[in-house]
Amino acid sequence: MAEISIRDALNQALDEEMARDERVFILGEEVGEYNGAYKVTRGLLDKYGVPRVLDTPIAELGFTGLAVGAATVGLRPVVEWMTFNFSLLALDQVINNAAKMRHMSGGQLSVPIVFRGPNGPAEYLSSQHSQALQSLYVHVPGLKVAAYATPYDAKGLLKTAIRDDNPVVLLESELAYAWTGEVPDEEYTIPLGKADVKREGSEVTLITYSKPVRMVMEAASELEKLGVDAEVVDLRSLRPLDEEAIYASVRKTNRAVVVDESWPVASFGSHVAWLISRNCFDMLDAQVELVSSEDVPMPYNHTLELAVQPSVEKIVAAAKRVLYME
Amino acid sequence: MAEKVLMTALSPTMEEGTIVSWNKKEGDSVAAGDLLCEVETDKATMDYESTQEGVLLRIVKAEGTSSRVGDTIAILGEQGEDIDSLLQESADGSQPSGPEGESAAEAAAPEAPEAVAPEAHEAAARSRDSAGAQGDGARVKASPLARKIASERGIDLSRVSGSGPAGRVVKADVEGFTGAPAEAATRGAAASAAGENVTVPVSGKRAVIARRLAESKFSAPHYYLKSSVRMDGAMQARKDLNAEASEKVGFNAFLMKFAAEALRRHPQVNASWQGDHILQFGSVDIGLAVDLGNGLITPIVRNCGNKGIVDIDAELKDLVARAGSGKLQPEEYTGATFTISNLGSFGIEEFTAIINPPGSAILAVGEIAKTPVVNDGDELEIAQIMKMTLSCDHRVIDGAEGGRFLYELKRIVENPVRVLF
Repeated sequence: MAEISIRDALNQALDEEMARDERVFILGEEVGEYNGAYKVTRGLLDKYGVPRVLDTPIAELGFTGLAVGAATVGLRPVVEWMTFNFSLLALDQVINNAAKMRHMSGGQLSVPIVFRGPNGPAEYLSSQHSQALQSLYVHVPGLKVAAYATPYDAKGLLKTAIRDDNPVVLLESELAYAWTGEVPDEEYTIPLGKADVKREGSEVTLITYSKPVRMVMEAASELEKLGVDAEVVDLRSLRPLDEEAIYASVRKTNRAVVVDESWPVASFGSHVAWLISRNCFDMLDAQVELVSSEDVPMPYNHTLELAVQPSVEKIVAAAKRVLYME
Repeated sequence: MAEKVLMTALSPTMEEGTIVSWNKKEGDSVAAGDLLCEVETDKATMDYESTQEGVLLRIVKAEGTSSRVGDTIAILGEQGEDIDSLLQESADGSQPSGPEGESAAEAAAPEAPEAVAPEAHEAAARSRDSAGAQGDGARVKASPLARKIASERGIDLSRVSGSGPAGRVVKADVEGFTGAPAEAATRGAAASAAGENVTVPVSGKRAVIARRLAESKFSAPHYYLKSSVRMDGAMQARKDLNAEASEKVGFNAFLMKFAAEALRRHPQVNASWQGDHILQFGSVDIGLAVDLGNGLITPIVRNCGNKGIVDIDAELKDLVARAGSGKLQPEEYTGATFTISNLGSFGIEEFTAIINPPGSAILAVGEIAKTPVVNDGDELEIAQIMKMTLSCDHRVIDGAEGGRFLYELKRIVENPVRVLF
């Protein structure tokens, strides 16, 4: 097993799938000559050439629409959005075309397409470039949405997403591209709709996905010092959602804290919290807590920028509340 | 000139009502026919429409207080009128309810020591009161899991002290609870030192049930006829009908239809003792006893004799649904000429019921159970058997007549095609 970064794991997945299926192609801003804004597509233009790797103009609605059209006629595009903040310009193509074509054509058309790029706050990027927008996408029936926080999950999920005959939105994180971990040498894929218990525990369930997974693991270590045995469930796939994995854990611990770096109102995290409240009602020994970003645009001031996001301290505090330790 | 607005009887059996909400506030002008307030009567929540007009000068009975029929609940008149004398009068007039209210509060908190400050005493009475009204101590704060564990172990949550925020009872509290299960408390003080007697205040609904059924049982000489009915035919008929019906017809609708048919043939049973005469009803109006959790009510399907079973079923479903939410109008639950009570779903084999006036008979129906029977060829076979018990008022229905009616009903139920005979 090799220890590689998420960036390289994604690169391997793209490379393997492009070699495996000539219908797979990549398009986006700076993905070719510049090797990608975050170097995820490094070397792929050299290896596969144009048009398997296409540098596009700065026009998200245009190139996303081009990719949706290509997918409906048989290709398998991987769209890189430089960040999800820019994906807002392409929302109409994603929501009204990619997510709807199979339904509106009575199953005659399918849209095998992947939309990927960094989502969520990084650092010093202020309000317009520090947004966790997954709730917009996961809200839409017809889209699949997944997120990863380890190289192993990143590679396995991207390969599955490329092979899926439906539009899949993949949430990445600028700050997590360099995170490393072990990835098997042999080929593997990870199915959509399967959560992963990143840490087993018995006293409180911490549920999260994407970049906050690492922070939640740290919080679990802090809780261990307080004598609390926390379980960490990494959802990995938001839609389809592995509800049974959530309920199995909550049935065991009777307590749940959901950690989601998006805003709290009508967010994916609040949806998960509702599912738990409804479906595990009789198994809950405390209210379900949600640790989210604060309900404000991201401040530029670095102290405030950190203060409005989830933190290890906030997660530990929420866990203590549901454990009646305060 | 200012005048008193009195609590009126909003249902035939109402003796007192609780004002749930005022729809007018002091200073509002009121026209005749305006919705003045909503009143919880013994069975339902009713609209109180004003028959008077003027300005609402004073609300005498606040929301949540109960008033006897005839009590002053408000004063209506012209803006600026002196109403002191009217208020004085109404205070005198409703004197009887004063001491009663007080004694109810005392009864609700028998253990409260004399030394407790009056406010504390009242608060204690109130909290007991609300717990009692809920029946299961629903006001106790507890986590869902703690509730579940408590109910599995028969622990009364109100006796567990909660360690969570605002005294919430959590799993650890229930698991650490060492007191005796709640059942012990209901066995009486002698059975266990751990149990305290609980005084449950009598709600308006409960008082009506108590009075009317005691009246019936003590004044109508009851006798009982029992009959076992083979249900295979009726069950098949229901299956056949439901195979064709757009909505599944419930079993009770079948019972109603069968009973209506038998009553049509035996009008002496569809009758009422009126002291100096017997009233034979022209319509077969069958009530069905429905459990409300905190009492019961008998919604009535009118004129069952002339209705098809699908119509009966549809009406019954609507009535039962609205009974559950307390929305039945008095005419929908008073005046049944015959009543059916079905406890089959509780696994009850057979039971006797108390006649529901003004009717003279009530049919008590038990569960349908597979039973060994000796058939006409003297062989044992398994049959679906249901036991029916008819309670009759002997002043109206003699034994032979009751027997003929029940036999007719048995034959119809066993062979539903007889409905056509």
